[in-house]
Amino acid sequence: MTKTTTVADPVISVKELSKTYKGGHQALKNINLDIQKGEILALLGPNGAGKTTLISTICGLVQPSAGSVTVGGYDIINDYKKTRGMIGLVPQELTLGAFDKVWNTIRFSRGLFGKSADESYLEKLLTDLSLIDKKNSLLMTLSGGMKRRVLIAKALAHEPDILFLDEPTAGVDVELRKDMWAIVEDLRQSGVTIILTTHYIEEAEEIADRVGVINAGELLLLEDKKVLMQKLGKKQLRIELREPCTTIPALLEKYDLLLSEDGLNLVYSYDTRSDDRTGITSLLTAINESGLVLKDIHTSQSSLEDIFIGLVNPLDSQESSSSASGATAP
Amino acid sequence: MNLPAIKAIYFNEMRRTGNTLLQSIASPVISTALYFVVFGAAIGSRIQNIDNVPYGVFIVPGLMMLSLLTQSISNASFGIFFPKFTGTIYEIMSAPISYLEIVIGFVGAAATKSFIIGTIILITANFFVDLEIAHPFWMMAFFILTCISFSLFGFIIGLWADNFEKLQLIPLLVITPLVFLGGSFYSVDMLPEFWQKVTLFNPVLYLISGFRWSFFEVSDVSVGISLLMILAFLAACLGMVWWMFKTGYKLKN
Ligand SMILES: Nc1ncnc2c1ncn2[C@@H]1O[C@H](COP(=O)(O)OP(=O)(O)OP(=O)(O)O)[C@@H](O)[C@H]1O
Ligand SMILES: [Mg+2]
Repeated sequence: MTKTTTVADPVISVKELSKTYKGGHQALKNINLDIQKGEILALLGPNGAGKTTLISTICGLVQPSAGSVTVGGYDIINDYKKTRGMIGLVPQELTLGAFDKVWNTIRFSRGLFGKSADESYLEKLLTDLSLIDKKNSLLMTLSGGMKRRVLIAKALAHEPDILFLDEPTAGVDVELRKDMWAIVEDLRQSGVTIILTTHYIEEAEEIADRVGVINAGELLLLEDKKVLMQKLGKKQLRIELREPCTTIPALLEKYDLLLSEDGLNLVYSYDTRSDDRTGITSLLTAINESGLVLKDIHTSQSSLEDIFIGLVNPLDSQESSSSASGATAP
Repeated sequence: MNLPAIKAIYFNEMRRTGNTLLQSIASPVISTALYFVVFGAAIGSRIQNIDNVPYGVFIVPGLMMLSLLTQSISNASFGIFFPKFTGTIYEIMSAPISYLEIVIGFVGAAATKSFIIGTIILITANFFVDLEIAHPFWMMAFFILTCISFSLFGFIIGLWADNFEKLQLIPLLVITPLVFLGGSFYSVDMLPEFWQKVTLFNPVLYLISGFRWSFFEVSDVSVGISLLMILAFLAACLGMVWWMFKTGYKLKN
């Protein structure tokens, strides 16, 4: 998956979409986004970024203030029956009636989306989601993780082509998170296009093909996961010296080090995600051999926040990298 | 038409009542029986016939209307309020279903329940008094129109209400007084002249009067006007619902 645009018609096409809520808050600012059939797109962004608003608009829960969205080539407003029938939505909150049974609620969902009853499909769905033994349980007796899966079952009950997962792994333990990823992968295998939102970069990394970063209503970046991860994978090693040095010793030249103005700090950039070695060990050995004396070392990693800041204000990005791990030997 | 969706909503609503079947059936039976014991047997025996109809029989249409109105409103308003309250409304709002279909599903179910309750009351009443229905067709017409239009009205209240208090407000403060003062338990000409005039502003009067006419051929106002009033009310409710959905009233941001 490299250049996907213009290869095929996108299954979802968002054009110049803006949303201003009644109170006057602009939650989406001129969003343009094409989503390809069969891909997994992760929308990353901090609280209040506008992820849910974007999803809700595509699903018909929020009226757009400007712009247009097509799903499968149909307009979400003029042809809402066609577009909504293709979509399944798992909301962010655990919204489920308390007094319904699992089986009844998923049958209801299937009917609501215009499909005639199909017991065997729904049975299989429950089996796949490890809910089959809860078939006749009341929803209020389920644990949070089970409820999350019931919501997924409801969203899939009508066999949608597109699935929206709004923070599927919020408040979910590691075990279930792995399960969730497996479910998503299975769905992708069956050709379902998946759009999910998350706060966790690792989650996007684990399952997405492409990652969109939203902040304050703007889509700041939309990139192939691998490219993004390379950016995120950069780490810096800062080496504090006991004595200032004026030039970088010849022995250390191949490491592309930066020397600070006071001559007390050397900065080495490396990529944790490359398959090659980071080169730290050999660098340290080389420093030793060159006769420099270490005082301290620090590593720092560019985080999602850094990317945000870098995107909003590229000049600041170097300075603001947060320190990820602490110091070692004097 | 998304028929499976209408069916899904309709049967889901019906099942919700099914879960509280005993309560749904027992309460109208009990309250009707109580009314008959108090008004029919105890007090009614001291009250002379109204337009040649024994008092116990006379109150049957009013009694039915009282239950139909309150039940239609409470069932329908709760039916749409509850998913709004729990948040499960998101599913309906994101489904490929038109507003008309949503209304048919919810209001249809609420009206069906009211119809069942009304029938139960009618049957219960038969155990206490001898009932003859002069115009069964018109009786059914008023019966069904009332179930539908007041379920629609309840649906509007459910859409409008954003807390439980508001949900109770209109039935309690408006409907119950209007029904009691609309001649459910008396004929309007038993009132002083001034109050007879005032009563004419009560829309429920027309409903009860028309319904009673279909039973006994006695009425406070002419049947045509009664029919017109209920149709006008139905049209007003339909217009209101249409407006609410069109503007996404309290449903969409
Ligand atoms: N119904 C609403 N009325 C007014 N403002 C709203 C409404 N819903 C959301 N907002 C505002 O729009 C902005 C975007 O909210 P949204 O829920 O889309 O964020 P999000 O990216 O999903 O955040 P989170 O990660 O916390 O779920 C927020 O500032 C929020 O306060
Ligand atoms: Mg959200």
